[in-house]
Amino acid sequence: MNTPFLQVMLAVIAKDFRAELRSRELIGTMLMFAVLSILVFSFALELDRIARQEAVSGVLWVTLVFASILGLNRSMSMERENASIEALLLAPVSRAALFAGKFIGNFVFTLIIGLFLLPLMTVLYNMPLVSGWMFVVMAGGIFGFASTGTLLAAMTVQTRAREALLPIALLPVALPLLLSAVKASTAIISDAAFDTWATWLQIIIVVDIVYTVVALLGFGFVVEE
Amino acid sequence: MSDSSPNIIEVRNLAKTYDVLPVLKPLDLDIPRGQFVALLGPNGSGKTTLLRLIAGLIKPTAGTIRIGGWQIPQETEAIRAQIGMVSHKPLLYDNLTARENLRFFARLYHLPPQDIPPRIDLLLKRVGLFKRAETLVRTFSRGMLQRLSIARALLHDPHVLLFDEPHTGLDRDAMTILDNLLLEAHQEGHTIIMTTHHLESAAQLAERAVIIYRGSIACDTPTSPDLPRTYANVTGGIV
Repeated sequence: MNTPFLQVMLAVIAKDFRAELRSRELIGTMLMFAVLSILVFSFALELDRIARQEAVSGVLWVTLVFASILGLNRSMSMERENASIEALLLAPVSRAALFAGKFIGNFVFTLIIGLFLLPLMTVLYNMPLVSGWMFVVMAGGIFGFASTGTLLAAMTVQTRAREALLPIALLPVALPLLLSAVKASTAIISDAAFDTWATWLQIIIVVDIVYTVVALLGFGFVVEE
Repeated sequence: MSDSSPNIIEVRNLAKTYDVLPVLKPLDLDIPRGQFVALLGPNGSGKTTLLRLIAGLIKPTAGTIRIGGWQIPQETEAIRAQIGMVSHKPLLYDNLTARENLRFFARLYHLPPQDIPPRIDLLLKRVGLFKRAETLVRTFSRGMLQRLSIARALLHDPHVLLFDEPHTGLDRDAMTILDNLLLEAHQEGHTIIMTTHHLESAAQLAERAVIIYRGSIACDTPTSPDLPRTYANVTGGIV
């Protein structure tokens, strides 16, 4: 009989968090990239307030996406080093539970970066980025991106060109999610009425559900032969 | 599922092909409970593939494997709880301590929470790593990693232990410690299948040697001090 889903998921999450607290490899890399990216864009857009207002949500999401890709690659590489993933696959556990554990870890790590970026960008770009709705849109966008990313990272980590392959595979798949997140974020920053951008949030939620279900079902096929 | 067969492992017409390359040609193999079998053969002969098929890590192209009455590939999930595997790679996490690694895998194998700490202590003492329990695995030597891997494989007290070239990269002392651990596991009644290139260790530890050559079982014989000569005859001296 398989070990209960929740027990496996929590064990994987706890393992990833413990390893990360000790090494800070994942968060450290993501944070360094994110801060540098935000700073570079901040200097580039410094003099043009209108351009800054129009570009800020794009800057936020491009930064989050590439920081997330760095984290996804590192997270799955950890399972490939020492062939640890084989030990996971040898255990009597559901592959979906392994996926859920890895995915939630990746989601939380990227969300931490996002939560750090919002106040930082508010200061650097002089824009009102910290709000409840912004948090909802950010969490929704990262959720879908992390679920697809975890699945595709499990696939690409088995190849030699994994660092290059993951963004190439992931970005086209995540495009509907990114477009919706950018549109919704821009509307929130512009203080637009909820009705005018609610559709984008609905798309994010639907895409999140579809991607996560597909990833849950597909993870076993990806990690096994 | 109950199983009255004296054989814990029954392999029938098992074949494995990668793309069009046949790595294992259809073969049969019965392994009685508690037997220590050495799988020998040159590189690329198919012994690791056979081990990975038995572990359920890869799927057969044809044929069946029954372990304790359960059948691969149909009932692989039930079989996983009966198998422990040690590879030449440690299958451990560098940034966790020895104890944390074992605790993580104990949870994956659904050991009762109250049994986990004493079981981990017992196994760490047995493999001689109790004093290093709180040390990060990334600081371990190759021999220590291999001993911790054995502790990981024994956590859930599996019926079948699979060792894939466990002697790789070990010095003489570490090999002696490993061999003693293998003997202990065998004396406890575990069925053991070990692939190795160390014919001396195979002759000393195992009761039976199965030599795989070019994807087929070329020789299946009780071990004896003559094993290196038998091996050379079967493989034409290729190690």
